[in-house]
Amino acid sequence: MKKILVGIKRVVDYNVRVRVKPDGSGVMLDGVKMSINPFDEIALEEALRIKERGEAEEVVVVTMGAADCQQQLRTALAMGADRAIHIESNDPIEPLTGAHILQKLVEREQPFLVILGKQSIDGDNNQTGQMLAQLWNRPQATFASKVELSAKAAKVTREVDAGLETIEVDLPAVITTDLRLNEPRYVKLPDIMKAKKKPLETLPVADLGVELKTRVKILKTEPPAARQKGKMVKDVSELVAALRQKGLV
Amino acid sequence: MSEILIVAEHANGKLNPSTAKCVTAASKISGAKIAVAVFAASGAAVAAEAARLAGVNKVITVDHAANEHALAAVIAPQVAALAAPYSHVFGPSTTFGKDLMPRIAAILDAPQLSDVMAIESATRFVRPIYASNAIITVEVEAGAKIVATVRTASFEAAATGGNAAPIEAGNVDVELPKHTRFVGLAAAKSDRPDLQTAARVISGGRALGSADAFKIIYSLAEKLGAGVGASRAAVDAGYAPNDMQVGQTGKIIAPELYIAIGISGAIQHLTGIKDARTIVAINKDSEAPIFEVADIGLVGDLFSIVPELEKQIAAGK
Ligand SMILES: Cc1cc2nc3c(=O)[nH]c(=O)nc-3n(C[C@H](O)[C@H](O)[C@H](O)COP(=O)(O)OP(=O)(O)OC[C@H]3O[C@@H](n4cnc5c(N)ncnc54)[C@H](O)[C@@H]3O)c2cc1C
Ligand SMILES: Nc1ncnc2c1ncn2[C@@H]1O[C@H](COP(=O)(O)O)[C@@H](O)[C@H]1O
Repeated sequence: MKKILVGIKRVVDYNVRVRVKPDGSGVMLDGVKMSINPFDEIALEEALRIKERGEAEEVVVVTMGAADCQQQLRTALAMGADRAIHIESNDPIEPLTGAHILQKLVEREQPFLVILGKQSIDGDNNQTGQMLAQLWNRPQATFASKVELSAKAAKVTREVDAGLETIEVDLPAVITTDLRLNEPRYVKLPDIMKAKKKPLETLPVADLGVELKTRVKILKTEPPAARQKGKMVKDVSELVAALRQKGLV
Repeated sequence: MSEILIVAEHANGKLNPSTAKCVTAASKISGAKIAVAVFAASGAAVAAEAARLAGVNKVITVDHAANEHALAAVIAPQVAALAAPYSHVFGPSTTFGKDLMPRIAAILDAPQLSDVMAIESATRFVRPIYASNAIITVEVEAGAKIVATVRTASFEAAATGGNAAPIEAGNVDVELPKHTRFVGLAAAKSDRPDLQTAARVISGGRALGSADAFKIIYSLAEKLGAGVGASRAAVDAGYAPNDMQVGQTGKIIAPELYIAIGISGAIQHLTGIKDARTIVAINKDSEAPIFEVADIGLVGDLFSIVPELEKQIAAGK
């Protein structure tokens, strides 16, 4: 069966302005809205479209995290994924450990394509897809804005600093998504009902035989340096005068 | 003692300024010895440039036809083959470095720190999370090799000209994968200053309404000798190319002057400009969040303000 594996991470919703706890021990997460990482929604949308074009047969979504991550897996199933796997861990997972876990799953599921987000918007790491590709000894096409599949390869357009780069990678491969790859579909109510019946498997992380290493310890969390509130000018002449005064024009 | 290997970024025979910023970052580690590695089809010119950067102790060139284009899967095993004597491997937090460095970390079984903003010691680093709404200080376990990407907006470029570090050919005897092939690069050609290094940047947002209307931004930028940026909404709508996107998932910049025109100031956009010296906002909505971070704000219609601004600036010259 031609499978696509998609990573789904539960993160603080992108509309939330995250605040640091006064004691510097982390950020305030109580009662904050949680969502699927936006790049992972794009990853899932791409996988679904590939399947709908008849170029894949099954879309499997996977998350690593605590029990509440299952909410996002259910949303992913409602979007159209066929099956979900929850790798359960209550401890934080560093990107390289996450990549090792995904690699175990890849061995088990044998997908021809793994699609992940380019970065999770909580940790802003931008690492997991590349690490998985290396551990798996397969190609990567990161920051994808267009994906065209043929029998043995994928032609991927990538958003790079210089413009748009196109590469061709043999399959199986890892693709990570950029914002303009697609626009994810909305979930419809009946699909949420149907998703309740789709298979969701839970695996304790210990069962995969990956050691959970913590090699990077967070010593403190601080708010960013605040910018001083500036002044308002009333017209263009005042603006130009203010810029001249600062020696900027 | 810290031995730091920096992977040079380059294109068309020229060193990218991001490399000089990595050198500055590396030099924050006391007593650091810094080597720069150049992977290219023929890297002599780039290596010569790297050797002139202050603080560089040596330059290693690895010339190979397969290095013609910077493919992460091809370069990563070569970097790893050189990495044994080094305690740290750094690359820039550009799309080149973001693509490459995690593959190196995976081969070396090393933790990676992304977007390093400050370095406190050989094992203690500062980096942003949550679109820079929180800044963390982290300590890496003793003994681990450390891979990092350096946030270029946070460091000045190392000075050039006063150094002449030795250049040697690196010996990497590794099999290179053939599963990844370069097809092409569609680069927007412009003679405007590079967005990531420009001292002045002018950005347009969704309010511009069309690619045609975006021309008023280019025109103003030309008068100011400024680089041009855009919000995600403007790029998504096709008013500006993707390489102009400023923000959490685009380019993070630190110009002397940033002018945001018709941009609301979403969290993800602000991440990209927090380090700008002076922020100017032009927006018709006085409640727009961009005004909370702007040093100078002007409420009004951009379509009358921008041409007038251009006129007054030109008149003053
Ligand atoms: C995962 C993720 C990553 C993202 N990454 C980025 C990123 O890297 N960079 C980025 O920019 N965004 C990013 N975004 C998008 C971001 O959330 C906003 O949607 C986007 O920045 C809005 O762009 P905008 O300000 O141009 O548009 P809008 O929010 O629509 O603002 C337009 C502004 O123009 C003003 N305006 C309208 N007409 C006029 C006029 N005639 N004269 C003057 N002012 C006028 C309006 O008052 C308004 O404030 C990301 C979003 C997500 C989910
Ligand atoms: N805990 C997780 N569960 C599922 N997928 C993840 C997890 N962490 C990372 N990923 C995937 O890896 C991508 C990049 O994450 P990161 O390297 O953390 O920026 C994300 O967009 C996800 O697709």
